[in-house]
Amino acid sequence: MRKEELEDIEVALFLDAVYKCYGHDFRNYSRVSIKRRLRNILSKTQYTTISGMISQLLYDESFFETLIYELSITVTEMFRDPEFFKTLREQVIPYLKTHPFVKIWHAGCATGEEVYSLAIVLKEEGFYDRATIFATDFNDVALNKAREGIYPLEKLKDYTANYQHAGGTASFAQYYHTGYDAAILDPSLRKNIAFANHNLVTDGVFSEVHLIVCRNVLIYFDKTLQNRVLKLFRDSLAHGGILALGSKEALQFSEIANDFKTLSDKWKIFQKTSQ
Amino acid sequence: MENLSKNESVKPNCYQAVVIGVSAGGLEALKVLLRLIPADFALSIVIVQHLHPLQDRFHIELLNEACCISVQEAEEKEPVMPGIVYFAPPNYHLLIEADKTFSLSIDEKVNFSRPSIDVLFETAAEAYGSGLIGVILTGANRDGALGLRRIKENGGLTIVQDPGTAQFSIMPSAAMAETKVDHVLTVTEIGRFLARVGHPFSATVLERR
Repeated sequence: MRKEELEDIEVALFLDAVYKCYGHDFRNYSRVSIKRRLRNILSKTQYTTISGMISQLLYDESFFETLIYELSITVTEMFRDPEFFKTLREQVIPYLKTHPFVKIWHAGCATGEEVYSLAIVLKEEGFYDRATIFATDFNDVALNKAREGIYPLEKLKDYTANYQHAGGTASFAQYYHTGYDAAILDPSLRKNIAFANHNLVTDGVFSEVHLIVCRNVLIYFDKTLQNRVLKLFRDSLAHGGILALGSKEALQFSEIANDFKTLSDKWKIFQKTSQ
Repeated sequence: MENLSKNESVKPNCYQAVVIGVSAGGLEALKVLLRLIPADFALSIVIVQHLHPLQDRFHIELLNEACCISVQEAEEKEPVMPGIVYFAPPNYHLLIEADKTFSLSIDEKVNFSRPSIDVLFETAAEAYGSGLIGVILTGANRDGALGLRRIKENGGLTIVQDPGTAQFSIMPSAAMAETKVDHVLTVTEIGRFLARVGHPFSATVLERR
């Protein structure tokens, strides 16, 4: 048997063990991405094979804790795709403003950079106080970082440029304070954000949400899991509610395609038309 | 340096795909190379070009105008089809699954790059094995060197642009330092070679059918 084929078996066994022992289900993740992550983890251990790590996984919970952090998606930045946030500001916020009060669900928020970006947009549009943002992730370590809202100073230059491209109306510097090597986001941005643990793979719906933002999470899922999650989003949205996905994530061939109309094809913003 | 004589027979192999990594100076090189590829090319071509994260679709539109073969941006979960040139979208890694469909990721940069040539090459090497041709063109960093080695280790064919003819020689040189590549050629020679290997009636393609 080829080495790759053997390794595919090991990956499957490993993910089975993670699921059966800890209840986290990565079995419907994009296999090639998860394999790269497992190899990265492997290279930091004394083991030589992925199957070699299984017994420590089963008997050592702390190993699982580090694993879950490395297996989850935590790479994000503030105002990633500035033009998306501009579109949100120009096309979605006016719709939200037709409601006295809105619920927003930011699914897969990781370490929070995009939730705070959204909070800044809402603030500048004078709508922040009429919104509650549920920011969820299955990774508690990432969620804690999100709650803190502290980011490395060296990233701030890129974030500032992104903010300006995103149509920011103020000076980005007014949203953070700097420490020695970190920027602490203004706590007022956090006031209406509720951070919570939620697993898209295994947990259920939210109710009557007006906007769901979930960007660059679905690309890590296989088609089956993508459809499950998209149905979860559809069922969580109020009639007329808006779904914003990553710019490379399409609704077109999914099982919920007919329940939505397209508001922005480039930035994958959709509005629910079904009841 | 190894040169390719006109009569050299292509390794009796069943090539299915070509992966190309290119960085600084890439658009000019790609224009020369892809213009030599016919519309009925029998293999898939998948390209990682280092671009600014906010790059629009200009390069794709330009190449589509200039070339016979269809040029598009790769979409996630899409099957990799023959006769099409796919580009990795800016700011995403492009990976190939074992079932020869595309996956995208926003994982950490590799070699300061996203998309990274190594990420595409390593996953393609595993998906295609000896059915893969890897090509490194002009560039000013070392991305792609390890990926090209992986292609070679998995039985694929490796080609590097002659550093002396590349606008930026660092990337081709780094690839040559990392692995004993099969062919070192000019961009025009690479284009002609690929056109021959991927001709719909070439021996290697017929053998696969």
